[in-house]
Amino acid sequence: MIKFFLMVNKQGQTRLSRYYEHVEITKRTMLEAEVIKNCLSRSKDECSFVEYKDFKLVYRQYAALFIVVGIDQTENEMAVYELIHNFVEVLDKYFSRV
Amino acid sequence: MPAPIRLRELIRTIRTARTQAEEREMIQKECAAIRSSFREEDNTYRCRNVAKLLYMHMLGYPAHFGQLECLKLIASQKFTDKRIGYLGAMLLLDERQDVHLLMTNCIKNDLNHSTQYVQGLALCTLGCMGSSEMCRDLAGEVEKLLKTSNSYLRKKAALCAVHVIRKVPELMEMFLPATKNLLNEKNHGVLHTSVVLLTEMCERSPDMLAHFRKVRRLSSSQLVPQLVRILKNLIMSGYSPEHDVSGISDPFLQVRILRLLRILGRNDDDSSEAMNDILAQVATNTETSKNVGNAILYETVLTIMDIKSESGLRVLAINILGRFLLNNDKNIRYVALTSLLKTVQTDHNAVQRHRSTIVDCLKDLDVSIKRRAMELSFALVNGNNVRGMMKELLYFLDSCEPEFKADCASGIFLAAEKYAPSKRWHIDTIMRVLTTAGSYVRDDAVPNLIQLITNSVEMHAYTVQRLYKAILGDYSQQPLVQVASWCIGEYGDLLVSGQCEEEEPIQVTEDEVLDILESILISNMSASVTRGYALTAIMKLSTRFTCTVNRIKKVVSIYGSSIDVELQQRAVEYNALFKKYDHMRPALLERMPVMEKVTTNGPAEIVQTNGETETAVLETKPPPSGLQPANQANDLLDLLGGSDITPVIPTAPTSKPASAGGELLDLLGDLNLTGSPVSAPASQIAQPPFLLDGLISQPLFNDIAAGIPSITAYNKNGLKIDFTFERSNTNPSVTVITIQASNSTELDMTDFVFQAAVPKTFQLQLLSPSSSVIPAFNSGTITQVIKVLNPQKQQLRMRIKLTYNHKGSAMQDLAEVNNFPPQSWQ
Repeated sequence: MIKFFLMVNKQGQTRLSRYYEHVEITKRTMLEAEVIKNCLSRSKDECSFVEYKDFKLVYRQYAALFIVVGIDQTENEMAVYELIHNFVEVLDKYFSRV
Repeated sequence: MPAPIRLRELIRTIRTARTQAEEREMIQKECAAIRSSFREEDNTYRCRNVAKLLYMHMLGYPAHFGQLECLKLIASQKFTDKRIGYLGAMLLLDERQDVHLLMTNCIKNDLNHSTQYVQGLALCTLGCMGSSEMCRDLAGEVEKLLKTSNSYLRKKAALCAVHVIRKVPELMEMFLPATKNLLNEKNHGVLHTSVVLLTEMCERSPDMLAHFRKVRRLSSSQLVPQLVRILKNLIMSGYSPEHDVSGISDPFLQVRILRLLRILGRNDDDSSEAMNDILAQVATNTETSKNVGNAILYETVLTIMDIKSESGLRVLAINILGRFLLNNDKNIRYVALTSLLKTVQTDHNAVQRHRSTIVDCLKDLDVSIKRRAMELSFALVNGNNVRGMMKELLYFLDSCEPEFKADCASGIFLAAEKYAPSKRWHIDTIMRVLTTAGSYVRDDAVPNLIQLITNSVEMHAYTVQRLYKAILGDYSQQPLVQVASWCIGEYGDLLVSGQCEEEEPIQVTEDEVLDILESILISNMSASVTRGYALTAIMKLSTRFTCTVNRIKKVVSIYGSSIDVELQQRAVEYNALFKKYDHMRPALLERMPVMEKVTTNGPAEIVQTNGETETAVLETKPPPSGLQPANQANDLLDLLGGSDITPVIPTAPTSKPASAGGELLDLLGDLNLTGSPVSAPASQIAQPPFLLDGLISQPLFNDIAAGIPSITAYNKNGLKIDFTFERSNTNPSVTVITIQASNSTELDMTDFVFQAAVPKTFQLQLLSPSSSVIPAFNSGTITQVIKVLNPQKQQLRMRIKLTYNHKGSAMQDLAEVNNFPPQSWQ
């Protein structure tokens, strides 16, 4: 199950966030900061799945934007990876010039 | 008041802020404007204001004052208003807020709206944040919409139904009839959401699962064949522009179907059989050049491993995983390692074939991959490959990150213990781990290692020599130093005499050994525990070394005034040993015999931790038999079995308070430092007889409270047990009870075992009985001493259990002793 969906830029500013489980508003910013820290510190050739607390993060970088999806253990990581790309393609088609 | 700014302007403005404080200021200003606008009940711009509010909420600022506005927007007739209103409801409202129930009526109306988009909005919102009351009210509407022919609505209704089921599981039956036709759709959206709905139903309720699995008369309505058909169409059909992702038709639907098949096929032969073909087909036909294909293959492999598939299929799955491992893409390798870890239990041999690739992954740069590879490697070690694997793992230990070292070290120890081809190899491996990752080794490894070393008797000389060489250079790694000092203490004579078959013996003098031990004591890097080990080792050497006893005496007396209390106590006791009890010293400091392996998660906690358990009962082993408390532990409350270190050591009659537990206890209780459960060797019970005699015959305390009446605790079937009491004035909470068991029948009672339990607030210590046979006709007795610690001066009560053999049959009896005289406990 997808727990949350984030779009964060390289400076750590949240551009889009959607939580599918209730997380308190103060905890959200903390969570986002930690998550982005985890993803930023990884190099290009490391794998896109990171284990964070009790769920996994699947992230993908598009220019200066990171899309991070938090999933639980039952989900297929690679399918989610594809989903992110699909989402970006849809945005691209719909809004052109993403 | 000027028109409020649009959302886009707001976003642009906020982005120009250079600091967090600036941003906060801007947002607060805007919030104030929005609030005043809400107060004015402005209908035209409400939608815009709420949109801005939602954006600010997303950035992390509080927005609760917008909740009612959302409701107003939902109630409006304009579609744009409704849209923002529902979005706001989804983000801001949930069942924690009371306001949300006001939405129910609106949603109900909108579910029946003429425009499908409005209906869609309502379904979406209900599916996102509906509380259980709302779901109960509106489930009927959702179900109706599930049956409509409009595919846009159908797919949304299916997802809404998923949420309803999650919130109110009892409503699952209501949606069951509607699911019959769901899979007949062409629209992929509907198919996808229907599969999700079916998956949710099957996961939640085993009845549903059984229902979906069973064969129904009309073969077209069976679920598994339907799914198989859909999947087949997806794979076989040509290019379909709507659903294509990198050359594969709707991979997301394929993955979902595979997951549902997995749930249906788990533990069910018929269903598994029905899907074998399609799984094989998917596995072989999917293109692996792109990530999409690999995602589908991954799901297929997981499904194959989970259902009752035939062995050919399983081998195919493992081969796919093997191919994944060789792939350059990190993601795929990670995924492969994770799945192999899951399957290694069941298909061990197949996974072994890929061992070399897995071991190569240990050298990868990626942290996630390294961790997976390490876990998998440990799972793959077996008797045949242990040498090779260990080499790789030791190399890995050298170079890995600190967070792995502890796990790796423990894993290596476990594997080495299970599969060591020879004792020497085992000890070498342990030494290697200690020297490379010594400070990361877990605390419980030290006693385990010590026990291991004592067990390999022929390797003692070799071991002690290697350990000595290891700490000569560097004594900063605590576990290594602890093990080394223990060994040097035990086998120092072997070291000095230079006998070693396995290796070149080194020439070491007694002074050199003492030098190193003393430097450990002095060094700042040594932990208190390590110093304790070192001091005890020095003490033990006093019996093993011949020419340096004076030096040892000097060292020990210096530490008698050490600041560290633990060290000081030891030193003082050892001093006393030199001065007053020199005759006992050789016997006490004898070599440790081979220890029995005690399971570390058994009830073998040291009772010295003062009875946090229900009743602290210390059992003595009847002298000949082995340590098996488990089978004796049933009736008598919770007997704490297995720890026989403490009860056996008799207290030496001294003027020191008896609660010191005897210096002997500490001397021989080295291993209790870390609270380890390693039991003292069996021979400690059979102490040199003069010690025990000293106990029984002498009065235990120099000052004994006079004349506490003795009682008969038990008298049945010819067995009589008397209790006599002694208490000390200096330590009134300890009562010593001497039991005498006599037999008035005409046959002996053999294998007599006396056990006792006391309530929580007491502590009990049972010492060795004088024998296990009570001769007949009252011609002799068994004597046993019980020490009871009663700090709270509560009334003494005891439950006793007696087992013995009499007249050829085994007898057992339980009794309660309540007639303790008040002087024994007050």
